Amino acid sequence: MSVEADVPVAAIGAIASLGDAMAAADNDARVQAEQRRIGDVLLSVDNVSLSFGGVRAIADVSFDIRKGEIRAIIGPNGAGKTSMLNVINGFYFPQQGVITFKGEKRREMRPYFAATSGISRTFQNVALFKGMTTLDNMMAGRTLKMRRGLFWQALRLGPAEKEEIEHRAVVEKLIDFLEIEHIRKVPVGKLPYGLQKRVELGRALAMEPELLLLDEPMAGMNLEEKEDMSRFILTINQSLGTTIALIEHDMGVVMDLSDRVVVLEYGRKIADGTPDEVKRDPKVIDAYLGVSH
Amino acid sequence: MTAGATGSQTDTIPKLLQRNARVYGDRPAFREKHLGIWQTWTWSEVLEEVRALALGLQAIGLKSGDAVAIIGDNRPQLYWTFTAAQSLGAVPVPLYQDSVADEMAYVLEHAEVRLAVVEDQEQADKLLSIADRLPRLERIVYDDPRGFEDYDPSRLHALSALQASGREMQARDPGAAEAWEKLVAKGSGSDISVILYTSGTTGRPKGVMLTHENVVVSGRNANLFDHFTPDDTMIAYLPMAWVGDHIFSYGQTFAGGLTVCCPESPETATDDRREIGPTYFFAPPRVFEAMLTQIMVRMEDASPARRRMFRYFLDVARRVGEPVLDGKPVGFVDRVRYAVGDFFVYGPLRNRMGFSNLRVAYTAGEAIGPELFSFFRALGINLKQLYGQTEASVFITLQPDGEVYPETVGKPGPEVEIKIEEGTGEVLFKSPGVFYKYFKNEEATAATKTPDGWVRTGDAGFIDHNGHLRIIDRAKDVVRLKDGSLVAPKYVENRLKFYPEIKEAVVFGSDRDYVTAFINIDLTSVGSWAERNNVIYASYQDLASHPHVREMVERRVDEMNRALAREPMVAGSQIRRFLILHKELDADDGELTRTQKVRRGFIAERYAPLVGALYDGSRNAHISVEVTFEDGRKGKIEGDVEIIEATTYPAGGVAVKEAAA
Repeated sequence: MSVEADVPVAAIGAIASLGDAMAAADNDARVQAEQRRIGDVLLSVDNVSLSFGGVRAIADVSFDIRKGEIRAIIGPNGAGKTSMLNVINGFYFPQQGVITFKGEKRREMRPYFAATSGISRTFQNVALFKGMTTLDNMMAGRTLKMRRGLFWQALRLGPAEKEEIEHRAVVEKLIDFLEIEHIRKVPVGKLPYGLQKRVELGRALAMEPELLLLDEPMAGMNLEEKEDMSRFILTINQSLGTTIALIEHDMGVVMDLSDRVVVLEYGRKIADGTPDEVKRDPKVIDAYLGVSH
Repeated sequence: MTAGATGSQTDTIPKLLQRNARVYGDRPAFREKHLGIWQTWTWSEVLEEVRALALGLQAIGLKSGDAVAIIGDNRPQLYWTFTAAQSLGAVPVPLYQDSVADEMAYVLEHAEVRLAVVEDQEQADKLLSIADRLPRLERIVYDDPRGFEDYDPSRLHALSALQASGREMQARDPGAAEAWEKLVAKGSGSDISVILYTSGTTGRPKGVMLTHENVVVSGRNANLFDHFTPDDTMIAYLPMAWVGDHIFSYGQTFAGGLTVCCPESPETATDDRREIGPTYFFAPPRVFEAMLTQIMVRMEDASPARRRMFRYFLDVARRVGEPVLDGKPVGFVDRVRYAVGDFFVYGPLRNRMGFSNLRVAYTAGEAIGPELFSFFRALGINLKQLYGQTEASVFITLQPDGEVYPETVGKPGPEVEIKIEEGTGEVLFKSPGVFYKYFKNEEATAATKTPDGWVRTGDAGFIDHNGHLRIIDRAKDVVRLKDGSLVAPKYVENRLKFYPEIKEAVVFGSDRDYVTAFINIDLTSVGSWAERNNVIYASYQDLASHPHVREMVERRVDEMNRALAREPMVAGSQIRRFLILHKELDADDGELTRTQKVRRGFIAERYAPLVGALYDGSRNAHISVEVTFEDGRKGKIEGDVEIIEATTYPAGGVAVKEAAA
């Protein structure tokens, strides 16, 4: 079906070309939904170990993330979850082991390469440019996609302006998607925490990632904000077809959202499987779910 | 401007759309901010969109007589759905988008809705959650496709897909458009155009059926009344299920070819209003109240020089703003002052609020405080009041330009007749907007519409000496003295409460010889008076029994009695005896509701000795009542209360004397 995703897109006319990618993703997702959206392995982590001095953060962990799935990484505090995320997006280099992303093996993966190759992330503690507006923060997420250099952008002439309009169209689609129109021009530092998290998610999405890493997206939120965020995560996954790996402490959210869960404890993997399998695993119950805080 | 009532050419909304596309073809009809950019559809584009949608809806089985639910925020596509459904002879039934699923279930069931058009996934989910209770609901059409990927496509359709199929049909078969035009031509003004469910304070919501003629003529008359032309613009942000929005943003728009702007999201409506600069605006009093608060708070943060300037020019505006607005004579110096103020203060303030281009603003729904009302008018904003209801297609009375009095709701609109029923004081009206009937509720219809064509509003009121209507109370709350004269306790209480010294008042009179009242002083306002005048007091009780305070309240009651005497309808409501209560009425003691409304019956029982004293002629009364302190402990407050006699005036007489003086 060649139906436009929504009418006003057409009205923007010329600048719709980049936005179309997303509209197309909408339609693709619809097709995929019918053939079950989870595909091949997108990223695999093989026998990765990481230590800081004498402290072993990750010990010989292997798991994979399949295209189109929502993969949760859970574990008690200090289990190495954030370190794992940092390894995946290249912020840390593992001493041992291999990371394979889209079929390419890489031991060392710098954040820049991770970002250009399609991995973006949000942080446990919101890491936005507080003095900049929502819009500017999200435009910053487009930096890697800008082709014109600083010179052209500073002049804001011809091709650079055209490019900026294209990027803005993508960002506006995301603003619409995340329902943050009302804070478009508000400096991020003035926003409540729940909205800052949404803006950060928006900036990560502005990179149009294939793999989105979310580090505790629901931390510090109230129930309503959690429900909103869950809805966004599901929709990102279903409508945009983005693969998502998330760390989360709220077990209800993890069990509802994720397709598969990997459980870490003291840097080691102790379980891996569907939420139901993991929930029943005695090791997990002992290590994590059984322990009351 | 408009073609007048030339019968069949413009007697339905879809026909008006055709007319507008012909006459105002390339003028803007709808705007919506989307992705940060204002999108515009001209009248001829809207005709094309509506035709495509109508054919698409027809293709999935929508036919004449079907009810179509419409649920969502104000969006052009949803307004078009109204017209598309109406063009097929189907009847749109808009629902309040913030209702919970259970509330929707009743209306959907009662209106026998077959097809629902919703804005987004949230609304669709609500309907799907109650679908098993709605066997008649066959299909759901959604506007925003986000989140619908995994839904069962056999019952759900994208609005854009329906339009696409409608366009395909027209491309394949040129006769399709023609057949649609024929269908539109078949429509007549007496057809039902919409069913609006009133929220109703009691009982189940009632479905008010309006005909095309109701909506079209009401819209046209309102345009004539305020001289609206296709150059006028408004912003649609109030619920589509509310009759006000239906008439303003839909009836008036189609009748006069005006432009409607839909905000990007409900949260951005204020900013969007600034960008659009509407010429016509409607808001309930609370919206204006919020604007005033915001201005005052911001001014507190401004630099001292600006603050001084603001205060100075605000004083000027309070003095001469309204006369200037009404075109009354104002001295030269004051005119200059006002012009300077307009440049430095009022203009920028109006711009802040998005009122730079505003010609007419209306408020209605509840009583607006006279100060609040005058504040906006003093700034040069032509704010007016109107009185209406769903059963009247909104308009019963409106304040004409130059004749705006805060305490009235104006004069009957074009082609509207009103009368006050003898005995009950209830307001009745006749107008081209009178509803057809309540859907499937003959009993309620019979109780509201009299056999000779009048409609009962349920409100009591009177026509004052200017010929303007004043609403005093719900008709059922109006009571009678023993001699049969009418007393509107709430009206009297509200008038007393408009005085800054009086916080609460409770008026008695049902089946008594005369009217009496309990009065609570306002501790903040009277307390600051006491401070300025070195009056030392220990407690509320202490201050309330101070002789100066007593005199102050007495003066206010006297002032009000004089004012009441001027209007024959309420002259009987003058207070003969009253007392200043020794304690503040409190929700913790059950004397007020949690929303701060007095519970008259409860108070009469609790203070029975005081009520007795008000009517037995005694000068003093002793009272002791149990109170609950904030920490939950109970205690007793007792004291002697003085009964004060007030002067009452003969009806009508005072006005003459005053005019002479």
